[in-house]
Amino acid sequence: MAVKKMGLKQKYAHLTRGLDWETSYQKMDDVFPYDQFEGIKITDWSKWEDPFRLTMDSYWKFQAEKERKLYAVIDAFAQNNGQLNVSDARYINVLKLFLTGVSPLEYQAHRGFAFTGRHMRGVGPRIAAQMQSLDELRHFQTQAHTISHYNKFFDGIAEFQHMHDRVWYLSVPKSFFDDARASGPFEFMIAIGFAFEYVLTNLLFVPFMSGAAYNGDMSTVTFGFSAQSDESRHMTLGIEVIKFLLEQHPDNLPIVQKWVDKWFWRGFKVLGLVAMMMDYMLPKKVMSWKEAWEIYFTEAGGSLFTDLERYGLKVPKYADVATEMAEHISHQNWAVFYQYTHAAAFHTWTPDKEHLDWLSEKYPNTFDKYYRPRWEMWAKMDEEGKRFYNMALPQLCQTCQIPMAYTEPGDPTQISFRCTEWNGEMYHFCSDGCKDIFDDEPEKYAQSWLPVHQIFQGNCGGPTVPDVLNWYRLNAGADNMDYVGSPDEQIWNSWKGKAPAEAAE
Amino acid sequence: MAQIASITLYQNDEARPVMEAILQDNPTARVLNMPGAVKIDVDDELIINRATVEEKLGSEWDCQQIHMVLISMAGNLDEDDDRITLSWKH
Repeated sequence: MAVKKMGLKQKYAHLTRGLDWETSYQKMDDVFPYDQFEGIKITDWSKWEDPFRLTMDSYWKFQAEKERKLYAVIDAFAQNNGQLNVSDARYINVLKLFLTGVSPLEYQAHRGFAFTGRHMRGVGPRIAAQMQSLDELRHFQTQAHTISHYNKFFDGIAEFQHMHDRVWYLSVPKSFFDDARASGPFEFMIAIGFAFEYVLTNLLFVPFMSGAAYNGDMSTVTFGFSAQSDESRHMTLGIEVIKFLLEQHPDNLPIVQKWVDKWFWRGFKVLGLVAMMMDYMLPKKVMSWKEAWEIYFTEAGGSLFTDLERYGLKVPKYADVATEMAEHISHQNWAVFYQYTHAAAFHTWTPDKEHLDWLSEKYPNTFDKYYRPRWEMWAKMDEEGKRFYNMALPQLCQTCQIPMAYTEPGDPTQISFRCTEWNGEMYHFCSDGCKDIFDDEPEKYAQSWLPVHQIFQGNCGGPTVPDVLNWYRLNAGADNMDYVGSPDEQIWNSWKGKAPAEAAE
Repeated sequence: MAQIASITLYQNDEARPVMEAILQDNPTARVLNMPGAVKIDVDDELIINRATVEEKLGSEWDCQQIHMVLISMAGNLDEDDDRITLSWKH
């Protein structure tokens, strides 16, 4: 008689059976030393099951198929000189920011989930964390492979990993992940699994990849959506972890709430880079940051937090502030990079008239009032040969490490400053959210590696801008400054048979 | 206000039968087309039936093949051999 094919539930039960055995040579607490100090109480690990019930054989089969498809596209893209078909060479700066700022986080996530999977006693989270760890390594590799094609033609790409560890604005995403990986395993899962993957990842990947699709970048769309197809599993792990922790013990609620508040705020600040990319850097625009925020935070987050109310979990603290900031954050961030273009590893530009009109239409409450006049003034100064550069090193927020350029809730004409005195030193913050995070764990954040402080302390190659750029391995005159007049512009115009723009002469 | 159960799929031939099956089995479904991706929202609960996808596709389909076309989703997931459910109902 033929053996009946096993169903999904049965297959998953066979995969996981006995993997959570009680150790006898060593004490369980010695084998799993990190899962108690955070104060999380677990009574029954078996209650955590992966609802996808993905088994290893299926995992390898699907991942192999995804890889085959992706590399076929990458090959075709290279053979057909796909770089010629992007909407405009300004678009490449999106990839530079992504590769230097985000891809190294994929590698951090790979290591973080490998560690976390090892240190959880339950079978469900261990298998899911192992798969996620492998996924993240795949994402890092495929992103580096895909974007390497652009490295043959454009500047600012070759030293991405070195830059990630050193360049001032890249300390924002880097410190975000360092913070998560320096936390206990449960906080890591809430930080990355729940807050980042479930609540915020759609804001990073969906508009970014849709932007790539709309701007003719076939290779990036393909790696992006290939990575994103793993992301649904990661989101599932994220939502399972939060439900599991809240169901296991009522004492877990205040701890989890504090982490949700913290990591929502940390993630929101990091995603400001994506906001700027969507509103300013994509030559052909998919949707505004504000629209993406409405779909993926207000609407999707609303449904999620309504669901989690039954456990007593509340919408993250300062979500209202973040929603108000959605009207401002992209404009304020791009203004920072415009002023510091000499120290950025990608090109900047002032928006042209058509682009300004689009921003006016998408931001009727704020753009014409606060931001359009500034762009018009800077464009005029540039025309007159007085292009504005800010040569002072900015003060940084001790928590998010972003220059203190954000404005007060309710008053976009006033820069927001907060401070805390701790252990005889004064620490500065851009917001109440960042100050709260420091105040809760000052011992941790007092140690932050703040790029501006490090430059002043003489740890970044020397005292002058060229010394520091050299230490960044930033090729001054090619990697940095405005797009107009750059070697990127020159090669693009030569492909397209266009005369160089006047400013390039 | 209804909670929104949602799925985002590739905008390609492999995902199309899945999208058609969702639209048939979830009469209140709303579609948002984006470059390269399609987002489908349903109030409270979104269901994908294997049988409907197979009918659209004209051949066998395993629920786990969803992983090949999936970009994102919202709602509590449950998957077995015959259906995938994303739901906010309890």
